[in-house]
Amino acid sequence: MRGNLRALLYLSPWLAGFAIFFVYPLVSTVYFSFQRYDLFTLEPVGLLNWEYFLKDQAAWTAIRNTLWLVVVMVPLRVLFGLGVAQLVTRLKAGVGVYRTIFYLPALVPLVAGTLGFVFLLNPGTGPVQAILSAVGLPAPDWFGDPAWSKWGLTLLGLWSVGDLMVIFMAALLDVPKQLYEAAAIDGANGWRQFTSITLPVIRPVLMFALVTGVIQTLQYFTQAEVTARVASGATDSAGSVFTPGYPDQSTLTFPQWLFQQGFRDYAMGYACVLALVLFAVAMVFTLILLRQFRFAEEES
Amino acid sequence: MTRTALLWVARHALAIALALMFLGPLVFIALTALMSDRQALTSDLWPHTWNWGNFAEIFAKAPLLTWIRNTLLYSLLATAFMLVSSIPVAYALARFRFRGRRLAFLLVITTMMLPPQVVAVPIYLIWARFHLTGTLWPLILPMLLGDAFSIFLLRQFLVTIPRDYSDAAKVDGCGELRTLVRVILPMARPAIAAVALFQFFYCWNDYYGPLLYAGTDLDNWTLSLGLAAFRSVHRVQWNLTMAATLLAMAPVIVVFFFAQKVFIEGVKLTGVK
Repeated sequence: MRGNLRALLYLSPWLAGFAIFFVYPLVSTVYFSFQRYDLFTLEPVGLLNWEYFLKDQAAWTAIRNTLWLVVVMVPLRVLFGLGVAQLVTRLKAGVGVYRTIFYLPALVPLVAGTLGFVFLLNPGTGPVQAILSAVGLPAPDWFGDPAWSKWGLTLLGLWSVGDLMVIFMAALLDVPKQLYEAAAIDGANGWRQFTSITLPVIRPVLMFALVTGVIQTLQYFTQAEVTARVASGATDSAGSVFTPGYPDQSTLTFPQWLFQQGFRDYAMGYACVLALVLFAVAMVFTLILLRQFRFAEEES
Repeated sequence: MTRTALLWVARHALAIALALMFLGPLVFIALTALMSDRQALTSDLWPHTWNWGNFAEIFAKAPLLTWIRNTLLYSLLATAFMLVSSIPVAYALARFRFRGRRLAFLLVITTMMLPPQVVAVPIYLIWARFHLTGTLWPLILPMLLGDAFSIFLLRQFLVTIPRDYSDAAKVDGCGELRTLVRVILPMARPAIAAVALFQFFYCWNDYYGPLLYAGTDLDNWTLSLGLAAFRSVHRVQWNLTMAATLLAMAPVIVVFFFAQKVFIEGVKLTGVK
């Protein structure tokens, strides 16, 4: 009993935070989702916000875009991160230098990195364009053409893959050496060793990277917001002139639409509907992740 | 033998190509930051003249010093508050046996994983009621009540410290709090340094938070907010925009070079073992 009280004391800051910034807002979000609320007047509207959601074209476009990033960008980042990690762990010399260089972009401020990328990929003046046309390749209008804008964001995501690389490197170095030696004696080549030893051993870390990648992508905001703002040439910075998603809503993500509804158009009740949809989806992936933690806990 | 030599060459060639790919954008940004207005509009890669004056110009054109000060204030206070509140929580989760311990840990992970946008509207309304929207306080004050990601990371590290140390301290007559401060905290220094740096850089780089709370008054903006709006004020001046971009990146890059090990260890801690 004394132990419980002592634990309660140590946990008290977090417990207070949990109640104020998690439980209470979550309950309020449900409440507001049945209201029309614009910061001044609060009016119960029943299921109207929910019905509106089903017909909201922009919301569905945002869902499709976010889904695109989940299906294309997340696996590409995981594959690329794993490939880079595999390469670096195999180099005998200069591992530290390479690791440093490859991790650096993951640290660069998102806004700064994104601005840099819009500049680099800029069709008129960007060096990438110059290099592509120098070797005779067509250079797409990355952030001005709806067919390419999400690929532009994906390139940015691949560039900052360093965080995944470090996690994968740690996992790869943990694979017992004897397994490889035994496999080599049995005549297994590099690829065979990778698929039948490396992959099974690092599977939990791969799962972890995939699921956290999905959860991060459900929050995808800054990069899409900044590219759209810069590529569209929006002159307004904090008011309502800027509409996210440029070009043609192709980079509009779900969190951006939520932000637009709640904090630019002050449709707060409707924003709460969007928040609950996001909650439901994020919760599914969080539960998958929690299962993994439970396994890890039980092993130790 | 030749096969291994070939493999060696191929691996290093690939690594060098990748290094160029990862560093290239940063180099181009730096070079463009030093070009003239006119040259930045061409696809030239190398500056004809080195315009160091561009850096003075961005300070003259935008309240960069105010933004840097605000960003520092936000980052430093939030980090200090986070440490004070999160360390005891992580310690209790790692060391104490109490009812609901696993549930508490699961809830920490859940809050860490949920997108902040899920609860944004009611939290915004709380701060609006206290007339604190239009300031950075809504981003700083909650850190006094712990940060889930930091708690998680610290806890992951603390469970790896053998219990013998705290048991020995207890035998020597140390109380619980003294054991934490005198024995555990010094041993956890690398993890504490890692979460502090992560928190600091998260705030330094944060865009969503300030966009939500800083309001329209330029005096309350952070570097990220200012940077995102910078180009719209100076429409086609890519050289100045890139100079400002470089300015925002520079501290991060410098600190990283001095504290690489801490970062790398910290990132490793986030992976499940």
